[in-house]
Formats: sequence, structure tokens, C-alpha cells
Amino acid sequence: MRLELRGITKTFGTLVANDGIDLVVEPGEIHALLGENGAGKSTLMNVLYGLLQADRGEILLDGEIQRFRGPGDAMRAGIGMVHQHFMLIPVFTVAENLMLGNEPTKGPVLDLAAARRRVVEISARFGFEIDPDAKVEDLPVGVQQRVEIIKALSRDAKVLVFDEPTAVLTPQETDELMAIMRQLRDAGTAIVFITHKLREVREVADRITVIRLGKVVGEASPTATNAELATLMVGREVDLVVDKDPASPGASTLVIEDLRIADPLGHLVVNGLSLEVRAGEIVGIAGVQGNGQTELAEAILGLVKPMSGTITLEGDDITRASPRRVLDAGVGFIPEDRSEDGLIKSFTITENLMLDRSHGGPFVRAGGIRRAELARFAAEKVAEFDVRTPSAEEQVGRLSGGNQQKVVVARELSRPLRLLVASQPTRGVDVGSIEFIHKQIVATRDQGVAVLVISTELEEIQALADRIAVMYHGRIVGIVPGDTPRETLGLMMAGERVAA
Amino acid sequence: MSVVPPVIEAARPSAANRILQRILTGNWLVGIVAVLLSILVGSILIAITDPGVQAASAYFFSRPGDTIAAIWEAIAGAYAAFFRGGIYDYRADDFAGGIDSLVESLHRSTPLIIAALGIGLTFRAGLFNIGGRGQILFGAAFGGWIAFGTDLPFVIHPIVAVLVGALAGAFLGAVAGALKAFTGAHEVIVTIMLNFIALNLLTWALNPGGPLRGPGSSPLTPPPPESSLFPILVPGFSLTAGFLLAIVLTVGVWWLLERSSLGFRLRAVGENPAAARTAGIDTKWITITAMALSGALVGIAGVELALGETRRPFGIAVDNGVGFEAITVALLGRSRAWGMLAAGILFGVFRAGAVQMRIAGYSEDIVTVVQALIVLFLAAPPLIRELWGVRPDGRRKAAKA
Repeated sequence: MRLELRGITKTFGTLVANDGIDLVVEPGEIHALLGENGAGKSTLMNVLYGLLQADRGEILLDGEIQRFRGPGDAMRAGIGMVHQHFMLIPVFTVAENLMLGNEPTKGPVLDLAAARRRVVEISARFGFEIDPDAKVEDLPVGVQQRVEIIKALSRDAKVLVFDEPTAVLTPQETDELMAIMRQLRDAGTAIVFITHKLREVREVADRITVIRLGKVVGEASPTATNAELATLMVGREVDLVVDKDPASPGASTLVIEDLRIADPLGHLVVNGLSLEVRAGEIVGIAGVQGNGQTELAEAILGLVKPMSGTITLEGDDITRASPRRVLDAGVGFIPEDRSEDGLIKSFTITENLMLDRSHGGPFVRAGGIRRAELARFAAEKVAEFDVRTPSAEEQVGRLSGGNQQKVVVARELSRPLRLLVASQPTRGVDVGSIEFIHKQIVATRDQGVAVLVISTELEEIQALADRIAVMYHGRIVGIVPGDTPRETLGLMMAGERVAA
Repeated sequence: MSVVPPVIEAARPSAANRILQRILTGNWLVGIVAVLLSILVGSILIAITDPGVQAASAYFFSRPGDTIAAIWEAIAGAYAAFFRGGIYDYRADDFAGGIDSLVESLHRSTPLIIAALGIGLTFRAGLFNIGGRGQILFGAAFGGWIAFGTDLPFVIHPIVAVLVGALAGAFLGAVAGALKAFTGAHEVIVTIMLNFIALNLLTWALNPGGPLRGPGSSPLTPPPPESSLFPILVPGFSLTAGFLLAIVLTVGVWWLLERSSLGFRLRAVGENPAAARTAGIDTKWITITAMALSGALVGIAGVELALGETRRPFGIAVDNGVGFEAITVALLGRSRAWGMLAAGILFGVFRAGAVQMRIAGYSEDIVTVVQALIVLFLAAPPLIRELWGVRPDGRRKAAKA
């Protein structure tokens, strides 16, 4: 079945997640949808699967316009989805999961035998060895994924969407999945493969569409180099120049040695990372999303405990310190997801400005909040950081993304700092605010603070960093000067070691 | 997943928490409408269940006026009795006798207010304390134990009892909080189980030979000595110093939640635990503290029930349903200190009015039904919005992940 998307546009409030996206997937083709986190891939697929309704645009299957009011419609039309997080019921058997939502019956009785036969039949066709009576929770992750695939196939899916299917797989399981995808393609299924992993795309895709900030920014063939793909993904060169003097690095401030962090599934996401940031310099961590940057930032703050390695701040070991102690030691933190980790949306600007100083400090006396003091401080910061709001008593959730981020930045920069960790400091922020926040970060450096900027936006790293450390698969693959050309950085982001 | 659309991201807190948040952020009007609607439905129930109405409706088609008159008589009679019992008895000989009803209502509202303050506190921290009954029984048991187990002077005696009862309740709350913080056990389940544990412990203590067993043949405590009872404020009226305590505690909880740094952290954890943790707030410690403070307040309500309201030997029924009714009061008061004071007084009026309704021959169960309806009407709008995926702005939610 031929899938065609025409001009799909989907907005969430002021955020345009998909902006007029066109996409054609032919039967017997693996079409990779490549893009950063936040590029709009999953939104597009949720529109295709009927989970979201597009504001504009249409979905065509074999030339016929479809209207999906929910996943049920999409499934009936022949679209199957293998979700990143499996939609399986762990305590049910494979056959029971297969029946779910589409229960075969004999009169009023569930026909489990029919479901079991279906599992065996599809398994045999694709050479899976799956016991229809095994409980899903007892199966390895790779096999669970196959159950998802069988589930989609049992409903005669002609278009199969894989949403970041390799995120949870080991390398061997990934190779096996790719073999299955090829097999399905050869049987005539149209496959959409969503990922941000370049290697996998080049290995398995027949065509590649790159999405960035909700738009299709280019098509590529699998013969494109990693560097070409990486450049497409992180975007064209944009003028985001920040006026700054050369750094005058001082004493060593943050020292990370041989850091190892495991995710909840036990995979090493940071694997032997070492890094030094000196006072008065900005070190930028470049890299494609998902190479361990998030965990690195969380480990510095004490939100996740590393397996091994050390993190020291001016010689003070903070490897397993609580967030409270790390913040008190003079670390400012701009989290990558401000609405989740940075702000309390139902609180006022004023309240958010004291969020990390609620246990003591200038705004607390005898267990009570010094409201006059705090109000004065808030008014001052709102003016200083140019937060556009009717008043400091406005709920933060009512502000635009840029202004919300300014509140976070204002809070973090208003304490005496020794180290600033800024993770995606301008994600989802308007251009004017980007410039403002960048200037503040440089000004912080000029006061002698060590700054670590983590960003998947290469322009941002290039604009800010005095030194660039490129992260790939949980390690630093190289540290290069801030003026390194983006082609070189692109190669490094694809995991190649480059002599700078 | 490359884009997490905001609508799906919003699904992160549990459904129960979202519904609670919506109830707590609803405006006053919702509360008033809920109360009025409930009274209206209550009227219909009074009419349907009234024997006079039933008799008249048997010949409705020949003389419909009789049925309508009977309905009017039933509803007016029931609510008049309710008014006499809960607010002002216009049949009394003098003003003192008339206003005695309102004073009685305030008296009955005292434990409800104190317990609701405790339960509302946990709502603000994003927790559900359903362990009101157990904490009340613990507070009453330990407060009672101070009352008849120690010999202390007037005024000092009940104060010590209140402190010990608060500690006992705090202990029970802290157990639930600690289990939640360190093992992730859901506090609703844990507090419900602790209710059973407290109930059975008290039952055991009241068995013959048990530590709290009084001299009589029934499973009751010894009589608390006069010195241990909450002092009566005005001779001839039931109201005790417990009501003053309730007002003091209301002010205290207001200050704690709206003005103190601990309350700030508590609310921060309730609204967004991830951001609170990132800002260095120890969410586990806050969870335990909130549950302990809540338990302490509910425990005080238990002491008040024993030494302020009952004032006699008491048994396992000393809680008198306050533990659960306080949840309703906290919801109706939107977990704001003053709101809970007002809602508590309203429910005190319900309690006192129900007694008079029974005396006048009407079913007092109607009042319980009205109370239940209030919860239903309060909870229904957010519940319906949640179930149908309608956002507060009225548009239908685009996706359910």
C-alpha cells in the first residue's frame, strides 16, 4: 500500500510541531524519518496513527483520502505501529496480547485457539520463534518487540511504522530487527522507520527524509555520509553570533573522571567520560540527542547516581551528593526540559524565582518566607531579565516559552555560582530571547564562572563555546577549539575521531 | 520518541492526582452550586421517601393537590427541623435556647475542621491521606490514656493529652509517608490498611484486661477525669475550648501552607515533584513530613472527639465517621485553611441538623446522602472532563496516549 502525507500541519498552542510536511512511502520500501528530538517525527506519526488530528493536510492510502478519528480507524485502514514503549500487557500471554482490542470469538466465548494459531502462523512466516503461551513479561525486550510486530501484522498492516524501535535494544537485537524489517519490506510492506541514529538509517533505509523543527529539510539517499546527514539534521548554518572576547580560563573547576552511568534498563549511557571545565570558560557539549548528554547533566546535579567515576567541583567531591548540596556548592542548573524540571507552572514568577532557595537563604527567616524581600527581588529580576509579563505575580504557565526560560535563567544566575550547567538553554525559545540568554551565559563566563553548555543545536554550541567536546555513545570523542568547522564537528558527532 | 506533544506529556501525573488538582483549583462557585444542587436532590429524596407523600400519591389522579401538599409538608418539615437543629431553634423560649443549635453545630464541627486541616494538607502536597479513621482512633486512644492514666491539673491535662494524641497520629501518618517515600507504596492503600490496624489495636486494648479497658461490662475506656476534659467555654452550652483550638490550628495551617518555607516546599512537591527535586527539595522528606503533620492534626481531632465531644468512656466508635467526612470537608474547602474552616462549620450544621431531623421523625440518612451528593457534584465536573478528555477551555483533548 502506498502511503502519502500531504501538507500535514499540527500545532500545540504556539508550538508548530509539524509545518506542512509531505511524505511518500512506497510499498516495499523502508523510508527513514530522521530528525532530532523535538523535530516533530512522533507528532507526525501520531497524526498518521489517528492519535492526533492534523490541523491541516491529508493522509492518502493508495490515493484515497483517509480520515482517522482514532487508532482503530488507522488500524482498519492497514496501518500498524510498533511503539517505542510497547503497548503490551505484561501479565498476558503472547496470544492474549494479540487478541487485545480485536478479540476473536466463538459466540460469546473468546477464541484463544484462533489467536494462538495466528501467532504460530505469522511466526513461521517470518522465522520468529515465539511461544504463543509465554507471558510477555518473561520475554526479552527484543522478543517483546516482535510480539508488537506480530500484533500489527495479524491485523493485516500494509504500512508499518517503527517509532524509535532500537532505543531499547542491544546491538545484536538491533541487527535482528533490521533483518526483520528487510524481510517485511521484501514481502511488500511499506515501512516508516523513525530514528535519530545515523548508522541504522544508512544500513537499512531505502530513502531518507530529514525533519527539523517540524519541517522537511531534505531528502537523502542511504549513500550519504554520516556528516552530511548530521549536518542536515542539526540544520543549515544560521547566524547566531554572540559578541564575546576570547576566554581567559582560570583554575580548574569541574573535573569529571571516568564517569559511567547506567539507565534503568542497565545499558551504559555514559561510558567512561572524562572532562574538565575551567573557571571563565564555556565548554560546549555537542552531539546528537541520546548520546548520554541528559544523564551527564543529571549526574552533575546529583539527580542520578553514577555507577562509577568521580565528579569534583573545585576539588570537592560531589559524585554522589544530593541536588541540595550540589546547588549549595555553587552550581547553577538550567534543565533541558523546563516545564518538567525547571518550573512549577501553577506557581507565580515570584514563587518560581525562590524555588531552589526555599530551605534557607535570603528569603527565609524563622521558617517563614520574607515576602517583601522576595517581592522586591522578583521585581528586580523581572526587569533585569526582561521577562515580559503583566506582573511578577503572574502564573509562569501563562508566559511564552522564551519568558519561562528567562525565569529559569534569572533564578539560576541570581545565586553566587562557581559552575553553570546549561542544558538546551534555548530550546523552544524565540530568537530574541535566544540572543538575550546567550548574552547572559557569556556574561556569566566573564565573571569567572565555569560554564558547561549542552546542546544538540550545533549553532548554539558554535556561538557560545570556547572549547567543544563532542559526545558520542556516552563518551567524549574529541575536544576541539570553538571555531572548528561544522563539517568536522558533524563527522565527530557521527562517532569518528578526528585529529583537530 | 522525537516529539512529546504537550497533551500527552500532561498525562504524566496519575489520573487521580489530576482530578484532585482540578477539584482543588475549581472556584468557590462550584462549591456553592454543589451544595445547593445536593440540597435540591435531597428534597426530592425526602419527598419520595416520605410516608405521607406515598399515601397521597396512591390517589394522585383523583386529588393531585393532596400529593403536592404532602410533598411540600415533607420537605418544609424536614428542612425546618434541620434548621432548628443546626442553626436556630425558633421554637425555643429565649435567644439562648434558640442559638444553642448554632453553638451545638460549631461544637460538632470542631473535630471535622481539625481533621480536614490535616487531610487538606496532604492534598496540597499531592498525597491522599485516607487514614483519618486510624489516626483519629490512635489520637483518641493515646490522648485518652493520658486522660485517665495520669493525674495532671486542669488545663495542663488536656494540653498534654492533645500533644500525645498528636504524636500518636503523626506516627501513623509518618509510617505511611515513609513507606511511600522509600518503597513507593501507594499512600491510599497503606493508610487504609493502617485504619484496620489501628481499629484492631484499639479493639484489643479495650478487651477485658486490655490496657485501655474500663471498669464496665462493655468494651469502653474508663471515664476520663474532669481535669482532663476540654473546658466548656460558656456554661450551659456544649462548645469547648476545642473550637478555639480549631481556629488556632486553622491560622497555623494557613501560615504553614501560604507563608512558610516548609509549606512552600510542600506545595512545590505537590504541584511538580520533578521540578521540586531538581531545585534541591528533598521530596522524600517532604512526603514523610506532610503525612506526619497530617496525622498529627487528625490525631488532635481524635483527642477532641474523646475529651471534648464524648466526655465519657468511649469505644471504637469514638471516631463517629469524622475520618472520612473530613475528606469531604477538605475537598469542599479546596484544601485552603479558611475554606476548610467554613466547610467544616457547614458540615457541623449538617451533623447537628440531622439529629433534630431524626427527633422530628424524618430520616437523618437524607443528610448523609446530601453530603455524599456534595462530593459527587464537586468531583463530577473534573471527572467528566477527565473521562471525556475535555480540557478546561472546553475543547476536546486531541489525544489519549
